[in-house]
Amino acid sequence: MSTNAYAYYPGCTLHSTAKEYDVSARAVCEKLGVGLEELKDWTCCGASSAHTTNEMLAITLPARDLRTAEKMGKPLAVACAMCFNRLKVTEHELADKAKLDAVKALVGEDFSNTAEVVHLLQILYERRKTMVVSKPLKGLKVASYYGCMLVRPYEITKFDDPENPQMMDKLMVTLGAQPLDWDFKTACCGASLPLTRRDIVLKLSHRLLVQAQQLGADCLAVACPMCQFNLDAYQEAINQEFGSKIKIPILYFTQLAGLAMGLSPHQLHLDKHIVDPMPALKNKGLA
Amino acid sequence: MATGAAVTPSPVSDLRTFVEKQSGQRILDCYQCGKCSAGCPIDYAMDLGPRQIMRFIQLGLKKEVMQSTTIWLCVSCETCSSRCPAKIDIAKVMESLRILAVAEGSLPAEKHIDLFHRTFLNTIRRYGRAHEFTLTATYTVKSRNLFANLGLAQTMLSKGKLAIMPPKVEGSAWVKNVFSKTKSTRPENPTTVKAEGGH
Repeated sequence: MSTNAYAYYPGCTLHSTAKEYDVSARAVCEKLGVGLEELKDWTCCGASSAHTTNEMLAITLPARDLRTAEKMGKPLAVACAMCFNRLKVTEHELADKAKLDAVKALVGEDFSNTAEVVHLLQILYERRKTMVVSKPLKGLKVASYYGCMLVRPYEITKFDDPENPQMMDKLMVTLGAQPLDWDFKTACCGASLPLTRRDIVLKLSHRLLVQAQQLGADCLAVACPMCQFNLDAYQEAINQEFGSKIKIPILYFTQLAGLAMGLSPHQLHLDKHIVDPMPALKNKGLA
Repeated sequence: MATGAAVTPSPVSDLRTFVEKQSGQRILDCYQCGKCSAGCPIDYAMDLGPRQIMRFIQLGLKKEVMQSTTIWLCVSCETCSSRCPAKIDIAKVMESLRILAVAEGSLPAEKHIDLFHRTFLNTIRRYGRAHEFTLTATYTVKSRNLFANLGLAQTMLSKGKLAIMPPKVEGSAWVKNVFSKTKSTRPENPTTVKAEGGH
């Protein structure tokens, strides 16, 4: 990962519900001297729905974006954990020549499946030692939440330990924050079920937020728009359902990195969250 | 699962052969240790746990497997797969069962989840990218659960986090074509399901 020039795949949610992730990722990368050139005319990876319906569809949709990155001759930086997972799975599946040939017929014969796919967390992690931390997040207790899509299946994503990953925790140390050791780093939040089985999302998100609260977490750091949405937007419903009093801001790791690098809350869209992070940050003298 | 329910064995090879071919997993390697069910975050809500699904596939109990809520409730978190001592990607097995259910048009035990996937894919087919506003609005109308997401949608809109206008992408024509070439297009208007109580 020696290059500083990446093709960038934001993914669909970064244009709406996860806008603050897009904005903070771009701001932080600019500050780090990492170039993100948005993939021209990118299309959806198919997310969790395509591989439920049809395998061919599920590996063809991401292949178009892989081909574009390949043509740009740059590694592909991915923000959304779900997109990252689907792109990695596709890259893996297309090692099978028969599948690659079938996909080529749909995306273009010049496609050779050689683009390197990396997640933004990997990019920041690799550069943590040269990061200029002008406003350390002193005293901020952070529960790093990796979710499922980055770390599993390890054989394909090759990201970090699937049970106890460390990458985000180490990044938090660099930023001056205090990462918490906790049990739910890679436990599922309920994923794509909020519209259909909200009860499951509330239950799964509740159990992990409760432990974070018990450990005194000032916030959760996340790398997945789906996790962020479930944990942030449903906290009120969780409290109603379980009689709990949870109020924990759910921030993207890029927002925390940006703060530590001296960017303003406004530049990082910290006002876009349902659970307002400002009281916790002000309390620690960080905003 | 319901106890004492009559089981209907199908020729053993049918279901297992399909799943093995589709998922690339060796179903007979499962020796029923139960680690998948123990670690599954949604096991509590399923009528058959992941371990039972594996055993039922081995036994060729197709109807019971296809009618289970399990195959729809699985969100592919891959916890089971990453812990399986027999190195079976159980989430991939679940995925192949959903693909079979869709291909055979069998009635899903979790109709809303099927409806959600259908609606999501139709949005992509139309615009080339997902569009949460269209997805939520269409799903809300079709699931006849009109007020469930109203408050949250308002909050998201007021935060400027829901783009109202759908995305315009040149690649959308290509996406539409891929849906048709891969025969992934499913009815725009599936049988409307009734809102379920109790969730």
